[in-house]
Amino acid sequence: MAEAFERKHPNYVAVWIGLAVLTAIEVGIVYFGLTRKFLILALMLLAVWKALLVALYFMHLKFEPKRLLIIVLIPLPLALILVAFVLQEYGR
Amino acid sequence: MAHAATVHPHPEHAPGQGQVGVYTQKLGMWIFLCSEVMFFTALIGSYIILRWGSLDVWPKPQGVLNIPLTALNTFILICSSVSMVKAFASITHGDQAGLKKWLVVTCFGGAFFVSVQAYEYWHLSHEGFVPGGFVEGSELFRRALEGHIAGATGGAIVPAAANLFGSTFYTMTGFHGFHVTCGVVCMIWVTIKAFRGGYTQTGYHGVEVVGLYWHFVDLVWIILFTIVYLF
Repeated sequence: MAEAFERKHPNYVAVWIGLAVLTAIEVGIVYFGLTRKFLILALMLLAVWKALLVALYFMHLKFEPKRLLIIVLIPLPLALILVAFVLQEYGR
Repeated sequence: MAHAATVHPHPEHAPGQGQVGVYTQKLGMWIFLCSEVMFFTALIGSYIILRWGSLDVWPKPQGVLNIPLTALNTFILICSSVSMVKAFASITHGDQAGLKKWLVVTCFGGAFFVSVQAYEYWHLSHEGFVPGGFVEGSELFRRALEGHIAGATGGAIVPAAANLFGSTFYTMTGFHGFHVTCGVVCMIWVTIKAFRGGYTQTGYHGVEVVGLYWHFVDLVWIILFTIVYLF
């Protein structure tokens, strides 16, 4: 059946430039001599930022119905719980 | 900058949309991707725990892995994601030539990524870095023995302790590489169908669903590249 609802296309080239710049910053700061804690924090932030750009614009989550968004978001807290519990196990 | 290709007055109730508001194949792909999130979370979680538990003996990835080459490969995968989404945008505008062109570019991008990963494996194994760690007597083993490969905390590592690094590295990148390979196969199939005129301005579900998988593989690599290569 043909899909017949409003299909939005953001500026993909702008997103691509953003991803390329963020990747260059990521690689650059590794050789910049930052303290380990700050480096991990910065790399995590950059990785999450890039992942969000891909999910929101390339996978069109920004434009999808809210019901689909809820389905997609369900595994994320489960994933966090999984990692958090294993981390606690290590901390003992 | 967003613009509409086709407009329906009530998108939620458009034909074939179901209760969630998207067509069945797309919903199925998203549910599959949710299961993939849990799969890769298990791998990444295990990696984090194993690494935190052996910080002193874990080699700094920069001392073993080729970061510039992998950064280039990451860029290529990101480019292939862009070409995929451009293919999708083309078909929603009825641009058959654009669809074919961008799908071919995506196939080449994916194949390039897998090829570079295969080269990386070949190169690392020749240097003596295998899933079991550093091979005794190899170049990397010697460098580690002489204290030239630093650990994550700054001190020199023991060569024999690189086995965890090796097994987690090959497991995570290997599973991701397998996913990319599956994606390339699917992409070739979609491309062949596109060249046979199998997609239209309103019949583009195959392109979008395979595209979702492709972008997910790209997203996972963004996380893996950061955690495995840069931390």
